[in-house]
Amino acid sequence: MLKRMLRLALVLAIIAVLPDPQPATANRLKVQEFTLANGLKVLLVEEPKAPVVTVQIWYKVGSRNEVMGRAGLSHMLEHMMFKGTPKYGKGEFSKIIKKNGGNDNAFTSQDYTAYFENLAADKLALALEMEADRLQGLLLDDKEFQLEREVVKEERRLRIEDVPPSYLVEQMYAQAFMTHPYHWPIIGWFNDLDAMNRQDLKSYYEKYYAPNNATLVIVGDVKAETALPLVRKYFDGLPKGNPPPPTSIIEPEQKGERRIVVKREAQLPFIYFGYKVPNFRSPDVRALAVLENILSGGRSARLYDALVYRKKLALQVGAGYNELAADPELFTFYAVVNPGAKIADVEKAVLTEIERLKKEPPSDMEIQKAKNQVEAKYLFEQDSIFRQAMLLGTAETAGAGWQYIADYVDKVRAVTKEDIQRVARTYLNEDTRTVGILIPLAQKPQAQQAAGGAQ
Amino acid sequence: MALCMAPSFSHAADIKPARVIIENGMTLLIQDQPSLPIVTVNVLIKAGAVHDPDAKAGLAYMTAGMLEEGTKTRSATRLAQEIEFLGAEFNAKATNDFATATLRVLKKDADRGFTLLADLLMNPAFAEKEVSRVRDELLGVLQGEKDDPGTVAGKAFNDIIFKGHPYRRPTNGDEKTVPKITRKDLVAFHDAYYRPNRTVMAIVGDIREAEAVELVKKHFGRWAKKDAAAPPFPSPEPLQKSILKLIDKDLTQATVSLGHVGIDRKNPDFYAVSVMNYILGGGGFSSRLVNRIRDEQGLAYDVDSGFDAHVMPGPFSVNLQTRNAAANQAIAAALAEIKRIRTEPVSDQELADAKAYLIGSFPLRLDTTGKLAGLLTVVELHNLGLSYFDDYPKAIAAVTKEDILRAAQKYINPDLYALVVVAKQAEAKIDAGVVLGGK
Repeated sequence: MLKRMLRLALVLAIIAVLPDPQPATANRLKVQEFTLANGLKVLLVEEPKAPVVTVQIWYKVGSRNEVMGRAGLSHMLEHMMFKGTPKYGKGEFSKIIKKNGGNDNAFTSQDYTAYFENLAADKLALALEMEADRLQGLLLDDKEFQLEREVVKEERRLRIEDVPPSYLVEQMYAQAFMTHPYHWPIIGWFNDLDAMNRQDLKSYYEKYYAPNNATLVIVGDVKAETALPLVRKYFDGLPKGNPPPPTSIIEPEQKGERRIVVKREAQLPFIYFGYKVPNFRSPDVRALAVLENILSGGRSARLYDALVYRKKLALQVGAGYNELAADPELFTFYAVVNPGAKIADVEKAVLTEIERLKKEPPSDMEIQKAKNQVEAKYLFEQDSIFRQAMLLGTAETAGAGWQYIADYVDKVRAVTKEDIQRVARTYLNEDTRTVGILIPLAQKPQAQQAAGGAQ
Repeated sequence: MALCMAPSFSHAADIKPARVIIENGMTLLIQDQPSLPIVTVNVLIKAGAVHDPDAKAGLAYMTAGMLEEGTKTRSATRLAQEIEFLGAEFNAKATNDFATATLRVLKKDADRGFTLLADLLMNPAFAEKEVSRVRDELLGVLQGEKDDPGTVAGKAFNDIIFKGHPYRRPTNGDEKTVPKITRKDLVAFHDAYYRPNRTVMAIVGDIREAEAVELVKKHFGRWAKKDAAAPPFPSPEPLQKSILKLIDKDLTQATVSLGHVGIDRKNPDFYAVSVMNYILGGGGFSSRLVNRIRDEQGLAYDVDSGFDAHVMPGPFSVNLQTRNAAANQAIAAALAEIKRIRTEPVSDQELADAKAYLIGSFPLRLDTTGKLAGLLTVVELHNLGLSYFDDYPKAIAAVTKEDILRAAQKYINPDLYALVVVAKQAEAKIDAGVVLGGK
């Protein structure tokens, strides 16, 4: 099962290509917002196209809230949320959801921890009741914690240690961010996982798991007039918590390119680099989003066309940008080097495309194509109630507010040629760049052995 | 690798697709869903890797991949530009049994989308320069895959259990076969198998039945039908003894695949097997394998079992990853569960819970246009009929404890299996006595 983590290798930004409403099709999000007395914010979208609902509770806590030495605490706590309360014992949560025909899981990012249930719309009350139950009073049994820590270490091995590109991504972030908690991986380092104890989890849980630090998102075949009383029934009784302390670490200005090299057994070289860019708080993000599509929005975009198609330097290439990060993050580029191509040539070819944008403006056709992609993507995302809810939860939890999504497309439409060149010149500069290179070591002789037979 | 059985539908909801066969033999399944102004098209073509010659494994895969690489009137670059200017999304790939091409497009661009879809399905150019580039890319991808322990294990596993059968070949070929694939092969493969009478197209979204049929006739009406000789596929050679294959790599975890040939989709025991497998290892946190290996022992992040019910019997496999040093222990635990499900009846509770999930989760499998379009084509491929939407929950509901025991005994063999372990072998120290012997 997948207690997923979102910042991984090539799937960096969950909202890689951005959504937006499209007035032409009159399909604006119909979000209803409510806030309970204890501070729980509720976002509800009535979406009756299939008899299902997604219930998601988003806590404003992720690896950016952790402290040095306890990297991975948010994610560890996410796992422990399935290990029982006085009312529902270990593992009961998922079993009950499943026997009611639902799927549940959770995911942790740098900025949030979110739990979800996808199930038949008439089971809404069940999901609400159980999420409210584990918002307070989690058992955090020490024996279960010891076991689950081993599971998380297996997850780290599976996702990072044995995946060379993911390993490089982790190293690169640790270079790009020196004081800000984006420095460490969401899943944590082995040492920190080993050092954690039950008390760490308990304090963390008490500090961050409060109705006033959460957003409940409900999207599906439900009506506000029946759903809201249910929300009140289960959540109203939960007391408001102390407001969690704000995190205010600001990454100091980077003054010069940083480089990191990882050498390990691997088949193909991999390049991953990022520039410091603003998040949603800056109006420049829309131009950056259009720029991202011009460079990386498909086969006709500049990076694929140049590196994969024309120069045959890379097997894969792309750019990623998560503007809905709570704190300013990176605008990243990646390339899987074609066997036979030189790493330096690949890096240079990506940089050439970035520099070209600064020198010559993109064509009108390219800009229009990028905007069309953003708009279409917005509608495609709404096809899934789960994705819709994720988008709202992400925007709300990052601090942008769900309204950020609602007028996004209009703002993207307004982006001009000049904006795109300006943001390229402002942000995609060598001095705030951190470059990671994976250099494969020669493979040890293949010690493949067929020990054949049940002899 | 995971459970990849056919769709399960619990109640018919509003899924009442229209089924239309046009003159050239192409089958259409149309479901009008006007809630969002988009149209999703899923095209299934019976042009899978089963038709690859042994020496040219990867041919079907490359043919599907080449659809995006230019047509007789549009270069690869122009094709990409036209699709992407619409904000549309196109994907094509081939698996063992069939190839699929999917298109998502805004309703206002549906006609344009169909123009492009028809062009790339019917008129691919297979230009020499693109063939050569795509072939090199595929070789690069094959090299890169060696870093993925799951892929390495899966290929080795199929190589053992499907000896003598087309499912043995990796769909994307290997370093020996891919260089041999020529433009001529691609043209011939496309000519033989990409035909309307071998094609099922599901169209789901903001589109009326008449509108959809008209679009298809307009753009695909000229596509000429042609029959292809169906080669007889021999059965895989049964294992004579269990086979242990150890692959050494510098990894922190051992990746394990254990199993043998399972069932095809026509098998009347499909439903009993579905429920049985859910209890064994298909049901995530409700499954015995996860309970025993993850929850009780902390040995793995992920462990599951699955029967891939294809057109012909696909694999049954248990898959897990655990730290090298725990490999023997985890494999022993998996074997113990495999044996248990064959010897003791499942409990009433397990049976009820499994059925409740499989039936109750039906709507979740149909809740996007993409999911529904994909399922519709598979239902048609296996001739399950549109009543399948009502039949499935009934069939699941009818499964008894006795059925499960019988299915486990019939379709799981705890004494004759393939076991592949990709690991740092010096740390894993696989003990053949434990992983093959433990009867």
